[in-house]
Amino acid sequence: MCGAPEQGGGLAGVDLTTQTVIQGQVWHDGSPVAGAYVRLLDATDEFTAEVVTSPEGHFRFFAAPGDWTLRSLSPLGRAERSLAADIGLNETTLAIA
Amino acid sequence: MSRTDVLVTADWAQEHLGQPGIVFVEVDEDTSAYDKGHIEGAVKLDWKTDLQDAESRDFVDREGFSALLSAKGISNDDTVVLYGGNNNWFAAYAYWYFKVYGHGDVKLIDGGRKKWELDSRPLSADAVERPATSYAAGEPDASIRAFRDEVVDAIGTKNLVDVRSPDEFAGKLTAPAHLPQEGAQRAGHIPTAVNVPWSKAANEDGTFKSDEELAKLYADAGLDGTKDTIAYCRIGERSSHTWFVLRELLGHENVKNYDGSWTEYGSLVGVPIAKGA
Repeated sequence: MCGAPEQGGGLAGVDLTTQTVIQGQVWHDGSPVAGAYVRLLDATDEFTAEVVTSPEGHFRFFAAPGDWTLRSLSPLGRAERSLAADIGLNETTLAIA
Repeated sequence: MSRTDVLVTADWAQEHLGQPGIVFVEVDEDTSAYDKGHIEGAVKLDWKTDLQDAESRDFVDREGFSALLSAKGISNDDTVVLYGGNNNWFAAYAYWYFKVYGHGDVKLIDGGRKKWELDSRPLSADAVERPATSYAAGEPDASIRAFRDEVVDAIGTKNLVDVRSPDEFAGKLTAPAHLPQEGAQRAGHIPTAVNVPWSKAANEDGTFKSDEELAKLYADAGLDGTKDTIAYCRIGERSSHTWFVLRELLGHENVKNYDGSWTEYGSLVGVPIAKGA
């Protein structure tokens, strides 16, 4: 399977002692944004993966410890955030101005 | 062959909706995307259930592809306009697949579903029915599809282009980062392959970069234009995207897609594997 799994939902079955999960929501004007394209860029700004947000605006990546950048594209606009991820759950929010 | 023969803009697509002789085809792995909304009149192909044999790891055979397209209402002389999610990965795979079976006029919508959505263009959830046809697929074209023995023989002699992400190429991962790590027995890459991630050929909205940018990208990576080229990834869909760039946009003559890709090569007994950047 090469497409993105369905976004959102629980973390049952995900081993947070080994996986580095980066997840969160895209927001705009007080509401979550469905159908936004969120991409994960590595520390050299290289494209790593891309998913489409769920109806509740959720996205999730399985990454590795380190520095990452999240960037979202949607008809409403763009948002970007950098973060340092560790093993376990790393939650963040992307707010479209 | 030039860019305008094989690639259409979203504007062109929208202007040609419903035109006789043109069939829009959405190709996704996630077929729920199509069901929630698709370009008006477009039919759906599921890359796995429609395009892969149910038992052996291979294409559906010539008869199977003929039956599939007949049922979808596609004729041999139709212009097939493909688009899909994942930056057109599976649409590019289908493009290559249609070419293997000799379909004449095939095009991709530049940017695929992503560009269409980012432009807020209309989508329809209406069911699409087309009258059945009698499609006749051609003999599979072996000049654009590579198999494992040829790939092993290509080490050090032909261009091998690994289009996966740098971490997959280096052997740190065996699958893209948004997926469970699965697939091959061993991680790494085919010795002498150059790593040009597919994503470098695309803009953020999923459209292809300009011919000038693309030519520079592969020249800078050390691709020898005088040699034959084999592109591979993990299962052959991202490398279809690069195959499309090299052969259809840049006009390189002998370019093959190795759809066995890393899930096959990385599980072969006795072949050399390289690691690191």
